[in-house]
Amino acid sequence: MTEPETGTTTGTSTVAAEPVLSMRGLSVDYLTDTSPVHAVDDVTLELHRGEILGLAGESGSGKSTLANAVARLLKPPALVTAGEVLYHPAGGGPVDVLRMSPKALRKFRWRELSVVFQSAMNSLNPVSTVGAQIDDTLRAHDTTLTAAQRRERAVELLRRVGISADRVRSYPHELSGGMRQRAAIAIALALNPEIIIMDEPTTALDVVVQRDILREISALRREYGFAVVFITHDLSLLLSMADRIAVMYAGQLVEVGAARDVHDVPSHPYTHGLLHSFPKLRGPREELLGIPGTPPDLRDLPPGCPFHPRCRFAVDACAELTPALLEVHSGQYAACLAHDPASYGAPVPTELSGEGSGR
Amino acid sequence: MRYLLRRLGFYLITAWAAITINFLIPRLMPGDPVDLMVARMNGQIDPDAIESMKKSFGLTGGSIWSQYWDYLGNLLHGELGRSITFYPTHVSSVIGGALPWTIGLVGIATIISYLIGTTLGVVAAWRRGTWLDSILPTTTFLQAVPYFWVALALVMVFGVSLSWLPVSGAYSLSVTTGFNGEFVGSVLYHAILPAITIVVASIADRVMGMRNVMVTTLGEDYVTMAEAKGLTSRRVMWRYAARNAILPNITSFSLSLGFVVGGSVLTEIVFSYPGIGSVLLKAVENEDFPLMQGIFLIISLAVLAANLLADIAYVALDPRTRQEA
Repeated sequence: MTEPETGTTTGTSTVAAEPVLSMRGLSVDYLTDTSPVHAVDDVTLELHRGEILGLAGESGSGKSTLANAVARLLKPPALVTAGEVLYHPAGGGPVDVLRMSPKALRKFRWRELSVVFQSAMNSLNPVSTVGAQIDDTLRAHDTTLTAAQRRERAVELLRRVGISADRVRSYPHELSGGMRQRAAIAIALALNPEIIIMDEPTTALDVVVQRDILREISALRREYGFAVVFITHDLSLLLSMADRIAVMYAGQLVEVGAARDVHDVPSHPYTHGLLHSFPKLRGPREELLGIPGTPPDLRDLPPGCPFHPRCRFAVDACAELTPALLEVHSGQYAACLAHDPASYGAPVPTELSGEGSGR
Repeated sequence: MRYLLRRLGFYLITAWAAITINFLIPRLMPGDPVDLMVARMNGQIDPDAIESMKKSFGLTGGSIWSQYWDYLGNLLHGELGRSITFYPTHVSSVIGGALPWTIGLVGIATIISYLIGTTLGVVAAWRRGTWLDSILPTTTFLQAVPYFWVALALVMVFGVSLSWLPVSGAYSLSVTTGFNGEFVGSVLYHAILPAITIVVASIADRVMGMRNVMVTTLGEDYVTMAEAKGLTSRRVMWRYAARNAILPNITSFSLSLGFVVGGSVLTEIVFSYPGIGSVLLKAVENEDFPLMQGIFLIISLAVLAANLLADIAYVALDPRTRQEA
């Protein structure tokens, strides 16, 4: 596998990564009776053509809200308050998804960007067969297809994800959990989109089925070349399958970088904590540190860096200054004062700098 | 299929229980219909007539088992005894004469109320938070005022003040009855006002019921996914959301259909409509036990039939119930 690089690198990279979707300064608020809750706060992130971008974070970190904002699926009281989501069609100028007319949006949906939801039991219409749910998607977007062609395509799609042809006439409740999720992936592939957002697609499944489906997703990605935004709270899972990883905390992007770099040297204390809260199956025995404290209340964020009360590297300045994303390594960014010696007042902690790790 | 057969068996047992209770209740009460008739005629009736009346009411002595057996046999032939109020007309013909009017008026009004109520509920839920949704609570006002008051108010306005619509009866007495255009037109014309009162009085329930289930359904992932698939709003609203939201409402709809047979007593009284409700009122006023018994039996059976219908509709509409357990 080639090492994925970001578009900003000018180093030794031979393949300049081309963006397919760029989020710029995206903010989402939940309007409440008191003060608005900033669920997503000024997130700037790029998805490159054909890559798997892992989006990790705890519950309530804003990762699903971000994905829903990109797919324009937010429902009140959630509201995009700032930013843009640019879609870059192959051979064409970028278009802002957030400013699309209802008609343009309907055409954009599924043809360019499809979604696999967390629970396939809930995302498939219980009173409609799997075949019918592929069929109406095809019919909504391509009126030239005949009923026979659509049926053929439905069978073909199901076959691609490892479901036999006779299951076209099955209702969701007649399928196992794993098969339902495969069916949901088949539906997502129906129009051969550029981007698929997968919101915890395997969380509800047991680990064996989970592994099969992840393998399936990787294989399909190689075959069709779509880009994936893969949302999960399971960072270790992302390390094994994602090209790049973005980590969110309290609605903010705290670290983004190539999966290998993030794995080798997590540059944000939060990422560092996440990586050291999973036991490793192989390698030397090490102490699990975990992250002390609980996720913050979004209505009442601490001043400065929202992570500082739980951070083992925090200094006094962390409670006053809000850190910006800084490039800490080629293509790897972290929002942490520790990487800004002037404000931090000390050298970067070796755990976060990769000093001595051979980098 | 096995599910439906099991339900059918259950309903047959329930029907048998209803029929048996219907047989027992009058026999557990003191006196019998013939005593009642004799009392009404102040004893001025000769013993032969009493004997023949006893025969016609099925009170021919004998053990309770043989009476029960005769009762079941009569029932099979549609024989429900004779009405006291309309003596010597058979109960079955009294009911047979009133039933079409009730089913025609209350039945159609109930269906219209459900169709309009469900549609409004779906649209109100879809546009929740807008003006349409916010005027909904005012419809419960219609629910809160007593039905007869609403009915009388509508009669006052449209029947008396404006004289647009007839205020009583099922058809104009000046037309010849039978299946001719004039008669059918007159029946429809007379049905408008009572039907409107039924719809107005019951629609708030339908709207709110559908709206609330629909709002819950709109939060389901499959609705979000349908939207994400780029389907038209109309398709998402009806094929995905409403199609699922309607399922819990099937039961209440079928039950209302079952109670249609009982008639809407108030409606039929206010509008002097010749349906089951009016007949039931007369039966009660005249202590006409055979007639009451017959009407109750028909209502019980209709409710059971409606329940069976609900089960069939459920199996047809929800594939999950088709799964063999």
